[in-house]
Amino acid sequence: MKISKDKVMDIARLARLRLSPESVETFSFQLSQILEYMEKLSEVDTSEVEPLYSPITHPTPYRDDEVRQHYEREEVLKNAPEEDGEHFIVPRVVN
Amino acid sequence: MEITSLSAIELRDAIARGEITIKEVVEAHIEQINSTEEKLNALLYINAEGALSLAQEMDKKGPQKDRALWGVPVVIKDVLTTKGIPTTCASRILKNFIPFYDAEAVARVKEAGGILMAKSNMDEFAMGSSTENSAFKITKNPWDLSRVPGGSSGGSAASVSAHQSPLSLGSDTGGSIRQPASFCGVIGLKPTYGRVSRFGLIAYGSSLDQVGPIARSVKDIALLLGVIAGWDEKDSTSSPVEVEDYVSLLETPFNLREIKIGIPSEYWEEGGLDEDVEAVCGGFLEELKREGAQLIPLSLPHTAYAVATYYIIVMAEASSNLARYDGVRYGIRAKGAKDLMEMYVETRSRGFGPEVQRRIILGTYVLSAGYYDAYYRKAAQVRRIIQEDFIEAFKQCDVICAPVSPVIPFKIGEKIDDPLTMYLTDIFTTPLNLAGLPGISLPIGLGKKVRVPVGIQFIAPPFKEGLLLQVAQEVEKEIFKIPPPPVVSG
Repeated sequence: MKISKDKVMDIARLARLRLSPESVETFSFQLSQILEYMEKLSEVDTSEVEPLYSPITHPTPYRDDEVRQHYEREEVLKNAPEEDGEHFIVPRVVN
Repeated sequence: MEITSLSAIELRDAIARGEITIKEVVEAHIEQINSTEEKLNALLYINAEGALSLAQEMDKKGPQKDRALWGVPVVIKDVLTTKGIPTTCASRILKNFIPFYDAEAVARVKEAGGILMAKSNMDEFAMGSSTENSAFKITKNPWDLSRVPGGSSGGSAASVSAHQSPLSLGSDTGGSIRQPASFCGVIGLKPTYGRVSRFGLIAYGSSLDQVGPIARSVKDIALLLGVIAGWDEKDSTSSPVEVEDYVSLLETPFNLREIKIGIPSEYWEEGGLDEDVEAVCGGFLEELKREGAQLIPLSLPHTAYAVATYYIIVMAEASSNLARYDGVRYGIRAKGAKDLMEMYVETRSRGFGPEVQRRIILGTYVLSAGYYDAYYRKAAQVRRIIQEDFIEAFKQCDVICAPVSPVIPFKIGEKIDDPLTMYLTDIFTTPLNLAGLPGISLPIGLGKKVRVPVGIQFIAPPFKEGLLLQVAQEVEKEIFKIPPPPVVSG
């Protein structure tokens, strides 16, 4: 499956990545190669087969809907690139 | 005997008998780190001060007989969060990240008296099979400094192999404990999916990831596994299945001849293995036969599809898991962005290395509208078929024996420019992650062409880690004792 440079740039935008022109070139070649390899799977008859998304066999455990606090606000904000003691600060979102 | 050559159990017992202090143990390992690190580059952060002050505190308290790891140094792969200690996943994007909580496996190690010595190098976000994808340094194989230690837990495996620590915690998503263990001549175990909590294990492929032990003896693997295994309320994928007493199990008599060892033809194909791997692993099967083991030929018919299945699924999951690195709450943030979009794009583009970007883009592609069914859903269906192959196989045998890697540790730089070639070497390890099965890799010989370790792998049904350990211990006893690597023996 040949993946065009335009397609690579489309996908990059979805993934919030900016690729240099050289990267786009290299990536579209490598991705085409890898995707072509993955075409192999079409050889397998999967009609009627239920997809396996996770190997767990136990049912999802639930807990009571009760408020718990594990961490202090200070701790959580410590790694923030920009914060005001209460919030994470980001560039303006709404115009 | 050198303190740093002792096993974790020997160290703990010597400390408990008052023969050595924890301070002496920690000092000896710090010295070993200092004398080998320049050559190896196995570590990203060394907790010398923290370890020494903890050692002093613990020595004052005196030996605690009920703490399984009392005084034992442990190196932690930098993919696990450690409170107050930098955790980077070997990525620029997390180069300044200091977690405020310990991963559950780390917390259990500390609770058991283990001493956090260092954070080890890895492929960035666990994406790789050589540790060459680290944003910070390339770890060398202690057996041959021009070769890779394997990956992504290359730092952990190299560290234990070079006697910097008797134990390490690594993680395995597609072979990342087993392959580097094999490449470095140490033992590595990937538990059943759900056996060990993933809380604090920075996510790569959530349906595939597991934390596991790396050590130089089977008893030590059992010891560390026993400490970290078991249900955790904080990880909904962790299993409520009871944890066996692995250490006690290894004390009970076990006869390798009484179990059936499955030999899947697809893993042992003519010409499918490097010369040295063929010789050592083939020789091992011969030895097993001579010892009277029951070798059962069988088939895992969909083996050829495992790599493609694995990479579609893991890249899809990775693209989703790595969406959180956006410069908002933690990690680096690109400066000077004029709006939110630019902040996201610049942060991620400058913070992620090329392999990570490649996998995110592929993952995004296979999940995107129009391709989801053809790739991701299809791969999930083949995943079930691969799992069913194993279920069938285990009706005929108790454990399965296979090589770990078709290649010996390759030269640094040899495979890095051809991602697909690198992916194909994961053929024997990825099926276990897809099927959720436990597997152990242990060294069984040295190559003749190139003097590097070669490992063998045993695979068991879900939650049968005890059986794996019993088999491995027999092999360790009867078949091969690996010497220390040149970087240790000189």
